[in-house]
Amino acid sequence: MPKILMSGNDAIAEGALRAGCSFYAGYPITPQNELTAYMANNMQKRGGVFIQAEAEVAAINMVFGASAAGARSMTSSSSPGISLKQEGISYIAGAELPAVIVNIMRGGPGLGNIAPSQSDYFQATRSGGHGDYHCIVLAPASVQESYDLTYLAFNLADKYRAPAIILGDGMLGQMMEPLELKNQSPCLAGRQAKPKTKPWALTGCAGRKANVVKSFYLKEGDLEKLNLKLQKKYQEITAKEQRWEELFLDDARVVLVAYGSMARIARAAVKTLRGKGRRVGLVRPVSLWPFPKKAFARPKNKYLVVEMSYGQMLEDVQLALCGEAKIEFLGRSGGGVPSEEEIILKINKIYNG
Amino acid sequence: MDRIYSHPQSLRDVPTHYCPGCGHGLAHRLIAEAVDELGLREQVIAVAPVGCAVIAYDYWDFDCSEAAHGRALAVATGIKRVRPQNIVFTYQGDGDLAAIGTNETIHAANRGENLTVFFINNAVYGMTGGQMAPTTLLNQKTSTTPEGRNAQFQGYPLKISEMLALLPGVKYIERVSLGSAQDITKTKKAIKKAFMNQIEGIGFSLVEMLSPCPTYWGLSPCESLDWIKNIMAKEFPLGVIK
Amino acid sequence: MPRIIINKDKCKGCLLCVSACPQGLIMIEGGFNLRGVKPVKFKPGGKCSGCALCALMCPDCCIEVYK
Repeated sequence: MPKILMSGNDAIAEGALRAGCSFYAGYPITPQNELTAYMANNMQKRGGVFIQAEAEVAAINMVFGASAAGARSMTSSSSPGISLKQEGISYIAGAELPAVIVNIMRGGPGLGNIAPSQSDYFQATRSGGHGDYHCIVLAPASVQESYDLTYLAFNLADKYRAPAIILGDGMLGQMMEPLELKNQSPCLAGRQAKPKTKPWALTGCAGRKANVVKSFYLKEGDLEKLNLKLQKKYQEITAKEQRWEELFLDDARVVLVAYGSMARIARAAVKTLRGKGRRVGLVRPVSLWPFPKKAFARPKNKYLVVEMSYGQMLEDVQLALCGEAKIEFLGRSGGGVPSEEEIILKINKIYNG
Repeated sequence: MDRIYSHPQSLRDVPTHYCPGCGHGLAHRLIAEAVDELGLREQVIAVAPVGCAVIAYDYWDFDCSEAAHGRALAVATGIKRVRPQNIVFTYQGDGDLAAIGTNETIHAANRGENLTVFFINNAVYGMTGGQMAPTTLLNQKTSTTPEGRNAQFQGYPLKISEMLALLPGVKYIERVSLGSAQDITKTKKAIKKAFMNQIEGIGFSLVEMLSPCPTYWGLSPCESLDWIKNIMAKEFPLGVIK
Repeated sequence: MPRIIINKDKCKGCLLCVSACPQGLIMIEGGFNLRGVKPVKFKPGGKCSGCALCALMCPDCCIEVYK
């Protein structure tokens, strides 16, 4: 299969289109603007709908509507814009609608900067809006994976009727790499829901009872019932959808844990250290929610969590290991990216300790 | 003997949660009648607001979506764009449409979305307990303007319909009232026109209904109708705005 | 002769129909309905013209008109 050169942002957009995404609404924000532009260039040509919304808030609610009407729908943004979308994401989760939300993270808090960052991990994995819900969160670490995981995100969102987040960062979004467009059809799967596959969708009530898409349950006990249903779904997702990559775990004395762009640097450090005879391994979570606890089922001695944040995924690693291993942390944020040298230095410090 | 007046098929035969004399019941019924008479029941998709009419979908017997507060027109845009063959309308109060959702309202109108909007203006927030609305009249007492709305501090009643009429994307705006039998008949005609505009692809159409809220106006239902006629309609003149 | 049927348990007692009837043929009933309000009733012996203004004004769809 021939490969083409593409940026992470473009690869996400192309992956979405090939997954049959037929509705995109977004509002420009750096560093994800290429994604919006790609959709503007391609969505209509392929029979879908592109809207540059008046705001992030409108964009996510347009996605709510398009999804309620049965279309595979997506919005994308970067950290501050994703904060604005949180209310809408909560409604999407509550109404059990599938949707894909892309966050190409930048530095925060506040307006922050446009440098790559991983400081929205908590927001993505802990339900950033109100209520007891979760989004499926997938973290690509390459352009190829940006494409593949976006495709997967649409399938998982539909399967579980839940919002799915692609959590990338500015580095990944801007990076150019060869991409294989796999065997997926370049045509849209069809703009409109087939009533058989989405019997809950709003299509007009011809030949059936009226459908209602809602997250409002005022009658005593009803909202608890919805929540129990959601929790059951989340348990199923947690059991079935943990994804991760591991490297040299068998004999590892120290295991690096990193995701997304950070994992690329961590992998380089692991390879350099292996070249020097250091028994170092890597766990790269691909699904951040559900967190791949299974990758920590047989704990090694020591772990080093590396993030472009001051320790967010760290908490999930701590929970997964439950005190059964020593955990060290290396993190920078606000535009700082832990370098290979910093990682190697830290490993050397803890390797024999 | 023929039954010449009964509740429409598109309106479920259930009691509503609205207060006695509330205009929402009337507006729901008129919309349901229009949907039936135009044969749209199996085609229509409604977007309910947050506000007193939040559970409008429990009363209408056709496909409905909820929307976050103020976002009805964004949700409706999403629905209509992916299903242009359906007839999509929003039903929004003054808070939903003209305060928290002003942005969505103006931009959906400016894009000229082929949507139908029913805007219930009762000059007060009912669901949360009678607070000031953007359309609250000057000197009107509410729980957040206990001395009456004062332009110096709270600004003026917002005439969103007149504002929207300036936009080229907007094709039809009429302000009607639920204050008398004659006005109700006119309201129904306006509702039908707003639906027909969408059917014919003409574009963004909005019907603003001056609607009674006896509970938070502190008036009896009958006095409320007089208040619409004698006071509210002076600030919000009835008629075709565009 | 035209007549109306009032669903008295749906009635919220707003009395908009009372003022709508040009002939004043709708009145408050003595007792309470299931909602705990005093519903309206058609005046015994009244001659309804079937104008349906009462039904038009009823916010709760409680009135059916036959002609």
